[in-house]
Amino acid sequence: MRLIMTKRPPLSGWIQVLLPIGAILVTLVLSAIPILFAGGELWLSFYSLFKGALGTRYNLLETFTHAAPLTFTGLAVAFAFRAKFWNIGAEGQLLAGAIAAAWVGINAPPLPAFVLIFLICLAGFLAGGAWATIPAFLKNKLKVDDVVSSLLLNYVMWHIMGFLLFGPMQMPGSSWPRSAAIAQAAHFPVLLSRSRFHLGILLAAIAVLVVWFINSKTELGFQSRAVGANARAAAFGGINVNSVIFKTALISGGLAGMAGVGEVAGIHFHLLMDISPGFGYSGIVIAMLGRLHPVGTALSAFFFSTVIVGAQSMSRMTGVPTYIADVIQAMALLVMLIALLFTEYRIRVVRD
Amino acid sequence: MSVISPKKPVVEMHSITKTFLDVVANNNVDLRLYEGEICALLGENGAGKTTLMNILFGYYTADSGQILVRGEKVAFSSPHDAIENGVGMVHQHFSLVPSQTVLENIVVGSFRGKFFLDTAAAKRKLLELQNRFGLHVDPDAFVWTLPVGSQQKVEILKALYRDASILILDEPTAVLAPLETKELFATLRTFAAEGRSVVFISHKLNEVMEISDRVVVLARGKVVAERKTSETSEKELANLMVGHELTKQPYSPSRKTGAPLLQVSGLTVKNDKGVVAVKDLSLTLHAGEITALAGVSGNGQKELAEVLFGFRELLQGSVMIGDQPLPFGSPKAAIESGIGRIPEDRMTTGLILDLTVEENLALENHTKFKKGWTIDYRALRRHAEKLIEDFSIKTAGPGAIARTLSGGNLQKIILARVLSASPRIIVAAQPTRGLDVGAAEYVHRRILEARDAGSAVLLISEDLDEIFMLSDRIAVMFEGVIMGMVGRREASIEQISLWMSGVKEKCA
Repeated sequence: MRLIMTKRPPLSGWIQVLLPIGAILVTLVLSAIPILFAGGELWLSFYSLFKGALGTRYNLLETFTHAAPLTFTGLAVAFAFRAKFWNIGAEGQLLAGAIAAAWVGINAPPLPAFVLIFLICLAGFLAGGAWATIPAFLKNKLKVDDVVSSLLLNYVMWHIMGFLLFGPMQMPGSSWPRSAAIAQAAHFPVLLSRSRFHLGILLAAIAVLVVWFINSKTELGFQSRAVGANARAAAFGGINVNSVIFKTALISGGLAGMAGVGEVAGIHFHLLMDISPGFGYSGIVIAMLGRLHPVGTALSAFFFSTVIVGAQSMSRMTGVPTYIADVIQAMALLVMLIALLFTEYRIRVVRD
Repeated sequence: MSVISPKKPVVEMHSITKTFLDVVANNNVDLRLYEGEICALLGENGAGKTTLMNILFGYYTADSGQILVRGEKVAFSSPHDAIENGVGMVHQHFSLVPSQTVLENIVVGSFRGKFFLDTAAAKRKLLELQNRFGLHVDPDAFVWTLPVGSQQKVEILKALYRDASILILDEPTAVLAPLETKELFATLRTFAAEGRSVVFISHKLNEVMEISDRVVVLARGKVVAERKTSETSEKELANLMVGHELTKQPYSPSRKTGAPLLQVSGLTVKNDKGVVAVKDLSLTLHAGEITALAGVSGNGQKELAEVLFGFRELLQGSVMIGDQPLPFGSPKAAIESGIGRIPEDRMTTGLILDLTVEENLALENHTKFKKGWTIDYRALRRHAEKLIEDFSIKTAGPGAIARTLSGGNLQKIILARVLSASPRIIVAAQPTRGLDVGAAEYVHRRILEARDAGSAVLLISEDLDEIFMLSDRIAVMFEGVIMGMVGRREASIEQISLWMSGVKEKCA
């Protein structure tokens, strides 16, 4: 008995939309297994998960707050992957953005809030973007694999941050790896009272629109789609492939950097070693689940945020560890990848 | 027709037919291979040589027909079965693991069912084989460090290590320097002298004459002739391989030839493997004239075309368009210089199959649709709708994904993209390969129209019918140089096929 895989013709638009939704449903069904395994009562677990994430005003806003960095890193990955620039480095680019934002927020002279906020956003965007252009440069000039270089640069940036937080940027008089507080004027304003719903969430929503606009309306969007679909033919058609990859990396890294800016200016107001619980890596899964479309990416970031925020209340109610959120995220990716396989290939069983 | 041989046949292939989708690669082919002989399988690219041998090697399964090895009927379902039966094959593209050593590559797969690997014994056996056949490669060298010629030796040793008594070599000399070719031939002679058999796939006549005992000529999927090498000549083989009666009437010739529009002088170009593929080549294209470049593919036509496409760097020489030199390595510059480019490989180079028809139609000139920061997709669509109409491209609409179109309509997309820019110069590489008769005729008509409108056309083709129908002048390329050039009316198919096979002499 053998399995034969044959490529099938492209499926219609509706399937593209239904696929991630189906994948999420299958993931939720499958997540019953680890929940039961951890001794959780099934219906109570799911109930407390969704209630904890969406059930009250505060919890819902908390889920939005948590979705903001995930949306930024998801967009970063989705934007890069469309051009087949395999940016696995959103985590490092996020840290670069956070460091730059914190540095400006701590050291800037007294400035009106809107100027300072603009400056830290700019600094964070450029720092993340610049960090992402390193793997782009290595890919263009030396044919270094972008998966490996962008991934490894995450660790480099993490250690740079460690050096800064134990050294030049450490809060005076503190023995913790923690920077001084950023200026009050640099804090992202809270947009809805009695919550942490800050400016960064609005910026993430705007970023979704901007990425959609770049993808579907601009020359860069056209060119990056062409490069991603067939770099050789794009080059033959007169597109400067290296330049497209470079610009794509800059924007992608910038978006990831903005995730770091939001965490510093909207949540922590300091730079900390654990500023990111792996937002950059989650961004990869989120982008895949969102089919690399900006709106899909935002929705899938919201789903992830639901799982992460809800897992905390589920843990309180049922004793299932919060690690369940990581398990569900991983399952979502696997289910999605399998679903994609089925959309691109027909699989038949042949008896010899 | 069959040549009588006193020896026993070791392989008999009867009425082998193999089709891929709607292309017939092998049509009712019979082939015998005898003990101790070197049999050359000769034919143009696409004649079905490699397919036939891949069937013998168990890589493909024939649609119909049967195969006997040493008198027994076999049905190989994988190369592993073939290897078990003493059949070894060296493909054009090697299947070696670059990060492993020569020895590891050779023994891989031969330890089936054994837990421990006796590398010492394996090495002894390998060294013995190396001495016997003169194939010297350091067993402990990593494959990635070896030049291509040595990698080929590893492939051959791999087959010998598994006691192959039938060795198939697919265009083995394509990657070899002349001296390496001599060494290979010596190895093959030793091999055959032991009573084993070789199938040597090639389209190089001089090599076939030198190494083989018998020649089987394949054309368009069929065996067209079989000769004892000692009883034939390069000239006869050339005719058998490419020469056939021209069936179609030529189109009307150029009415007036104008000024030179493109001048190539002293062009030397390397191919992807770093070997010189075009040597000191000079060529001039005139307005209102189609110059055909004939030749078996792999003789530098592709590299020449890529230079003109702005797609490949060159070593020496220049290309002048009017009095302006063509900047190299920039497709954009080539487009802006007024070169209309129809690439040989439309699926992977000419088009982006996952993009829409309208995007592909605008690929070369999408910057013309820029409006501020954005692309005016409405103008782009109007442009596409017009071209779809003008070139009668059959598609569900301008927004359809290109992959859903047929081969002929894909070529029309490229044609529409190129011709709508009214190029002064057109370089068309194999523009009708793989197209059906109707689509091919459409392409021909459009190219003729462009010529009559004053464009200079370079038609690179392997199809002699096409060349004789369409061109005004015919040049023949062989091993990177132009063997000769002749006006179409003065040209004879015998002369062209001789040049194509590398024989410089003039026909009487």
